[in-house]
Amino acid sequence: MDLLNAIVALLNFVVIPATSYGAQLALGALGVTLIYGILRFSNFAHGDTMAFGTAMVILVTWAMQAMGIHLGPLPTALLALPFGIALTAALVLGTDRAVYRFYRRQKAAPVILVIVSMGVMFIMNGVTRFIIGVDEIRFDDGARFLINAGDFKAATGLAEGLAFRSTQALTIVTAVIVVAALFWFLNKTRTGKSMRAYSDNEDLALLSGINPERVVAVTWIIAAGLATIAGTLYGLDKSFKAFNYFQLLLPIFASAIVGGLGSPLGAIAGGFLIAFSEVGFTYAWKKVATYVLPESLAPDGLAQLLSTDYKFAVSFAILIVVLLFKPTGLFKGKSV
Amino acid sequence: MNPRNILLFAFVAALIVIEGMTASWNTALGILNMGLISAILALGVNMQWGYAGLFNVGVVGFVALGGLAPVLVATPPVTEVWTGGGAYRLILGLLFGVAVIALAIALNKRLAGRNRAVALLVVLIGGFFLFRAVFDPAVEVVEAFKPATYSNIGGLGLPVLLAWPVGGILAAGAAWVIGKTALGLRSDYLAIATLGIGEIIIAVMKNEDWLARGVKNVISIPRPVPYEVDLQADPGFVEWAAGFGVDPVTASTIVVKLLYAGLFTVVLLALIWASQMALNSPWGRMMRAIRDNETAAEAMGKDVTRRHLQVFILGSAVCGLAGAMIVTLDSQLTPGTYNPLRFTFLVWVMVIVGGSGNNWGAVLGGFLIWYLWIKVEPWGNQLMDLITSGMAEGALKSHLKDSAAHMRLLTMGLVLLLVLRFSPRGLIPER
Amino acid sequence: MSGKDNPYKDDRGNKDRSITRPGGGEMDFPKKGGSAKPAPGGPFLAAENMTGGYGAADILHDCTLTVDKGQIAVIVGPNGAGKSTAMKAVFGMLALRGGHVKLDGEDITALSPQDRVAKGMGFVPQTNNVFPSMTVEENLEMGAFLRHDDFARTMDQVYDLFPILKDKRRQAAGELSGGQRQQVAVGRALMTQPKLLMLDEPTAGVSPIVMDELFDRIIEVARTGISILMVEQNARQALEIADRGYVLVQGANRYTDTGQALLADPEVRRTFLGG
Repeated sequence: MDLLNAIVALLNFVVIPATSYGAQLALGALGVTLIYGILRFSNFAHGDTMAFGTAMVILVTWAMQAMGIHLGPLPTALLALPFGIALTAALVLGTDRAVYRFYRRQKAAPVILVIVSMGVMFIMNGVTRFIIGVDEIRFDDGARFLINAGDFKAATGLAEGLAFRSTQALTIVTAVIVVAALFWFLNKTRTGKSMRAYSDNEDLALLSGINPERVVAVTWIIAAGLATIAGTLYGLDKSFKAFNYFQLLLPIFASAIVGGLGSPLGAIAGGFLIAFSEVGFTYAWKKVATYVLPESLAPDGLAQLLSTDYKFAVSFAILIVVLLFKPTGLFKGKSV
Repeated sequence: MNPRNILLFAFVAALIVIEGMTASWNTALGILNMGLISAILALGVNMQWGYAGLFNVGVVGFVALGGLAPVLVATPPVTEVWTGGGAYRLILGLLFGVAVIALAIALNKRLAGRNRAVALLVVLIGGFFLFRAVFDPAVEVVEAFKPATYSNIGGLGLPVLLAWPVGGILAAGAAWVIGKTALGLRSDYLAIATLGIGEIIIAVMKNEDWLARGVKNVISIPRPVPYEVDLQADPGFVEWAAGFGVDPVTASTIVVKLLYAGLFTVVLLALIWASQMALNSPWGRMMRAIRDNETAAEAMGKDVTRRHLQVFILGSAVCGLAGAMIVTLDSQLTPGTYNPLRFTFLVWVMVIVGGSGNNWGAVLGGFLIWYLWIKVEPWGNQLMDLITSGMAEGALKSHLKDSAAHMRLLTMGLVLLLVLRFSPRGLIPER
Repeated sequence: MSGKDNPYKDDRGNKDRSITRPGGGEMDFPKKGGSAKPAPGGPFLAAENMTGGYGAADILHDCTLTVDKGQIAVIVGPNGAGKSTAMKAVFGMLALRGGHVKLDGEDITALSPQDRVAKGMGFVPQTNNVFPSMTVEENLEMGAFLRHDDFARTMDQVYDLFPILKDKRRQAAGELSGGQRQQVAVGRALMTQPKLLMLDEPTAGVSPIVMDELFDRIIEVARTGISILMVEQNARQALEIADRGYVLVQGANRYTDTGQALLADPEVRRTFLGG
């Protein structure tokens, strides 16, 4: 019984939150890694693209709620998501046209594009704040829980409750669908393959008649979609605050780099690795330990390795350790 | 300095003078003081990016670390936590932590294969728990002492000017650790490493109350210049101010700001002089040779990684120095205000707009961008007033008016993009 | 990569792999080029009186290359003779100041490389000529990117020509040996069903045995009616299979004849074939 309680506590406080956080990071890191693979620079504006996309979803959600449109037990934001993606894609395509394309034509050094993306980051950051403000916004509606802690206790008779929030379930399901669709697209479709080809060898792709502008446009659209989905899921799960999204840049970059920049599989693995270590290192293990260990060995303190404020430090430490032993990341980053 | 550059500097000077004549000398001098510090920050980042192409996106961390120095150096010591032994134990804990890491690094070099992994795990995990066992109780003792005023180990009670070089040294130490790790890897990972360490330094400063009270902030840090109230109480000063026809309150604030400006100018000039000398020395020529053709420089026997590490440490030290100066100017440390947008990316805008690789450009960029940063907000308000003047009262109007504050970020991004696009070498190009 | 002339290319020596990925392309993006004009008559490929270069100085001086249908033409010459440049000029990767390129009765001088691919030119660069992380089969598919018909038969033909590729078709091209990679590269170019196949030093860096095999395959390709234009370092072996040989020196034609005749010419032998 104690073992079961320990497992439930572990699921409740570590596995479920880390899985949904990991899924959000993975989606964010996929966007970063795609841009890195095809446009050859790390996009500092990705966090703010996520913020902008989420802001769009929130606005559409509010409009739908005002019109009385709901999705039953699911959050309305899910219905607003396609509109949010379309608006965000329009923004990044416009940005590409107005800003990045010039440098592409100049064959600019990638590091110049990184600096350019800083400028875009400032602008997007300002635009998002301009549109939706700096306050914290909660926009989840529909059913709160898939499994309620109280019901779980009553049904199983265990001392530990298991709460599975619907936003967490939604995050995991959506992430699985999106990742599967992305991999299918990259590996099976003509356009997807042309993107991989372009990432592998730009000149040969041009010789093969692949249109670079099309590849770049599709990449931006996918990145905008991934950013909006990741941002919306994060916002549903926690809350929306423009500055928090900017700060997500570090764990997202860390995920992408740990996995091996340019490798989509690596981005996913990196996302989960970072999320599980962040949660694992900052969780107070006392509860689980008291169930598993004999009473004499039970810890006196919280058995928390680090305060939750240091979760960034964890992602960073994991990153350094991986890079020290595998300088190209877990999945030898090279191409999309 | 050619006439064009002198004109550019004169233009920025005119902007500040106009501010003083139209608004108030108080705000104008405020802009000048932070402009001077911004110029120093930009010099630091320019050393790294301009001389060596090193991409530091953790400037905020070095600034914050430098800001720690005035607290640790200039604030009066909290003797009770030292006599009680808590602080000593705390230092002991920290030293132990460093020893564990040193041991791990040594083992990592000596051993290989499976042994290494096992030994490293044992040392690091065991070391971590031992460290916590020593450190945590000490922290509790220190933080329990008068939490409303202290809860930290206090400082050394030394003159605050001494904290400036100390801030530089603190930042240099952090840069050494980061550089050793990130520049030594087969391919360089400096950007992500600095991004991470910047966040970590700020997290530490926000959470470790024993160090500098965390988010409870440290206020009334001693200053190197007289206090306004003392000046106002000094009859000689009042008389002197009256001679100019200025009331003592205004005169005292302006005099204090001018004194700060004098100190900062001395530091800035010294730094410019030093960096120009360095740039034109054999060392500077070697740095440029490495930057322009690393392979050739390496073939000629130059230790590129070592040079990169050097310049990274130097640049970070300058950022740390600037951080200490900011805290001295504010005479308070507020870790919550260290925002990467403001202290990392804005400095990058200064360097790029001023002219990568050119010290005078970095200085100009520092002044100009800081001026814009301050002025764009009121301009945005005026613009919004203008736009909304014809509008009916309502949600849209109030939203637009509230949003004026965000014009700042937008403008900075726009300035950066425009300069990058149309004048990619910056306002004062390198050559 | 110094940015002396183009400030946008100035990376100040930065090589931070956590934010930038090196190895971008060198080629210009396709611009809307001119159109082809009918120009009946003459050889199948006629690149005549080509003059031009990258900067101010010309590399090619009045250089002429022609290939008839189903024939193999080989360009040889000392290092720096402009062999690869001549090839690039034919393919439209070099702006010509004078001369013209005609293919199959059309003047294509104004076309971009991509448009020339559509007109039936296939080009195999000397290096970086495969998509390393993609499988052999995907490499071939990318070769057929411009085709909208069913290219399964062409792929079968490529596999018939290079049976080893069929065995390795699920393997990433980057994992193959040098000779196999060259086969993938040639196969990729064949997927567009080109009328003219251009090879830039296809045997560079492969062993003599593999070289002989590659030459055999090239002859087979020519027998199917595809014209071949190639640059070769291994001049003697290449001229043996050449219907037409060009010896280029300093961007200009020095000797032009059948491969056999050039091999027999004592002057050519002494100067360019090492006795």
